[in-house]
Amino acid sequence: MDLEKAKQVLDAYVREMIKWHFSEDTGCPFWLNWKKEAGWDPVAEIKSYEDMMRFDHFSDETLRDHQPEEFVPKAFLGRPFNVFETGGTTGMPKQRVGWDDYKVDYSEFSDHYSDDFFPKGESWLMVGPTGPRRLRLAIEHLANVRGSACYFVDLDPRWVKRLISEGHYDMARKYQEHVVDQAITIIKGRSIGSIFTTPKLLESIAERVSLPRMGIKGVFAGGTTMTPQYVRFLIEEVLEGQVNFAPTYGNTLMGLAISRKLTPEDNYSLTYYAPQPRAILRVVNPEKTKETVAYGDYGRVELTTLTKEFFVPRFLERDEAIRREPCHEFAWDGVGDVRPFGATTKKVIEGVY
Amino acid sequence: MIAKASKQVPHFQAIRSGVPYSSLDVAEVRDVRTGEILAEVSQVNAGVPRRDLLLSNRGKAKPRTFFNGLTAKELVEKTKQAGEIYLNGEIEIEGYGAQDSQAYIELLSGSTGLPKSLCLLNMEKVYYVLTHVEGVIEGLSRGLDLTIFDNNEIEHLGVPVCIYPEGEELAVILPSNSPGVNALWIPAIAMKVPVILKPGREDPWTPYRLIQSMVQAGIPKEVFSFYPTDHAGSEAIVELSGRSIVFGGDATVKKYASNPNVETHGTGRSKILIGEDLIENWRDYLDVLVKSVAANGGRSCINTSCIVVPKYGDEIAQAIAEAFAKIEAKSLDDPEAGLAGFANPTMAEWIDQSIDEGLETSGAIDLTTKLRGPGTRKVELENMTYLLPTVVRCDSLEHPLGNTEFLFPYVSVVEMPQTQMIDNIGFTLVATAITNDEHWKKELLQTRHIDRLNFGPMPTCIVKWEMPHEGNLFEFLFKRRALMRA
Repeated sequence: MDLEKAKQVLDAYVREMIKWHFSEDTGCPFWLNWKKEAGWDPVAEIKSYEDMMRFDHFSDETLRDHQPEEFVPKAFLGRPFNVFETGGTTGMPKQRVGWDDYKVDYSEFSDHYSDDFFPKGESWLMVGPTGPRRLRLAIEHLANVRGSACYFVDLDPRWVKRLISEGHYDMARKYQEHVVDQAITIIKGRSIGSIFTTPKLLESIAERVSLPRMGIKGVFAGGTTMTPQYVRFLIEEVLEGQVNFAPTYGNTLMGLAISRKLTPEDNYSLTYYAPQPRAILRVVNPEKTKETVAYGDYGRVELTTLTKEFFVPRFLERDEAIRREPCHEFAWDGVGDVRPFGATTKKVIEGVY
Repeated sequence: MIAKASKQVPHFQAIRSGVPYSSLDVAEVRDVRTGEILAEVSQVNAGVPRRDLLLSNRGKAKPRTFFNGLTAKELVEKTKQAGEIYLNGEIEIEGYGAQDSQAYIELLSGSTGLPKSLCLLNMEKVYYVLTHVEGVIEGLSRGLDLTIFDNNEIEHLGVPVCIYPEGEELAVILPSNSPGVNALWIPAIAMKVPVILKPGREDPWTPYRLIQSMVQAGIPKEVFSFYPTDHAGSEAIVELSGRSIVFGGDATVKKYASNPNVETHGTGRSKILIGEDLIENWRDYLDVLVKSVAANGGRSCINTSCIVVPKYGDEIAQAIAEAFAKIEAKSLDDPEAGLAGFANPTMAEWIDQSIDEGLETSGAIDLTTKLRGPGTRKVELENMTYLLPTVVRCDSLEHPLGNTEFLFPYVSVVEMPQTQMIDNIGFTLVATAITNDEHWKKELLQTRHIDRLNFGPMPTCIVKWEMPHEGNLFEFLFKRRALMRA
């Protein structure tokens, strides 16, 4: 798809989704009530993705303060929904509703990789946050669409965050060991071909066993910052240069952004592309968020999610990234070298698991 | 043959058991005065030392085999040769070429704020240990023949002695404030213990120059690892190395207190105690008092930070203040410079504020500021921040400024009856007791909270490398075992 075509597809899709979310017969109570207060009609005014700038930034606190039922579009009424929660927060969780989005996202992700990248029919292992998270069902779906079963080892990131914030580093380390022990048991005792986990857990697992020697062919990892040096370390040393590696950037609100294939010119610098048109990422000037930064510059990541199930306009992620050009795999902007927003000016606890 | 030095910025690669490793993450080392980039340093993520250490302890060759059958005696000779290279020779740095000792001092001074004169002094300290390593080991092992490191057993004074290494390697998490501390790990090489060095942020120069000098002298490169890394990387190194030496403050000491694999070099709180029998002669010791506080820029844990006397506290503090008032911040190039600038001006600011806050608690007077004028402790020169030597007369050791230590020439003077001194001084890294009172000396010899003890008018900052310093390296690295043969 060329850039022009991608733009046309996106604009048409935006019009369709805005109409869906702001029409009485299909929209959800939250956005219909919002429209009454807003004093403008998105259906009339939003003709292209650029017009989305009419919306203010969505606050994810809304997902904590409002009942999930308020976000159920009329078209889905009567169909039980999944409740998905964000990772590490404590207190009342931020929740979103969902039905099939995760399947769509992960089927598309699966289609991006060849049959032997994550060998079809060979079992998966997920080591990471399960429980009320989208990821757990998504990874199992991914395994299933590739003809595989999936084993799980749970890790509760909220507990890890709490241990670290209260200074119980030894306990956090013990808990990580406990998780890794279980993962090793499965890897040694079952025939596993692919793994989803976080980079840090991957590192810990690979300190105990040689992943290629254990028959692991593909690893899909995400959840924390991966600097070029760290990516290189994972590829060269943790995966011993013999395991396919699919780093991703994703969360409960977006789904997952696929990283373009690394080339020698990239020097291990990752660039992720959102699953457009269902989710759109912009890299914006933190001071003037309607402006994107120039290609090659760092800015704050802004997410818009637009599916029939869920609408989130212009949510400012807690990340910053380099704005990168479209590439032959994706005809829209990418986000490179993602790191916590303000990482260079303040200490950010992230990637604890 | 080393390439000629270029005008390029040196790049310090990490070293993984002798193998250079260029990281994609690079930290810049800058000149404290001008902000000019003096070097780039490859920063490794914590996983690099973690994997190296874990995998080397799992089935790969044991680090001790890296010495390739060289005897301890041969290693001693090579260490001595390394001393000559370190002091007068050239080593190669990637992207820079040959670095002679002149350039080394220039760059070290620029990035640490340590005057060249003090850099040279530190260099000579390190050179002494390199060239006298046999005597140092003899002192630490109490006269054991070097062959014990080859065979693990010898007969000594008619008694069989057998030792084994406590760990496969010695890791050192180095500070940036005193290049001389590198002297501590040097004897490990001749004892056949490989070293893992994590350089301080502002001083990659010294450990790297030492490694390269030793390799040039013929010590196998595999013996050395050099990991510039972050806090997580340091933690990984300490967690997984057989034995580690860590420098830090009270928090670091507390953190590793129950870990027998870690020797911490923390706040020294070194003191001079003058006995009642000699206090009338206090003026005779004034030079010793001033030198103890101010030598090496007052940056070391063995600098005196508290003087405890039975009387004349006011007079002694005043006399020190007058001597201190003559010490000025000087250019780093000035051969007379005795004060170090702060590579991190925020640190100077914090210390200055801490002292001012402490003075708000009654019972303390800053006599140096009284002489120099208010607000004159912190000064700027050539874009660098200095703290001028400071003496505070305190009414007790419990005062916030009474028994504390700062990273510049700072001392408190406290009065206390001699009979109460031992029980009240608390942990003291070096105590110089100026007394002829044999009974009191005996009591001092019995104390557990004084690490190093000097009798007589001797600066606390004099180091005899043949003697233990915050632990004995030989005893830290080796354990004795009973061995009998039928």
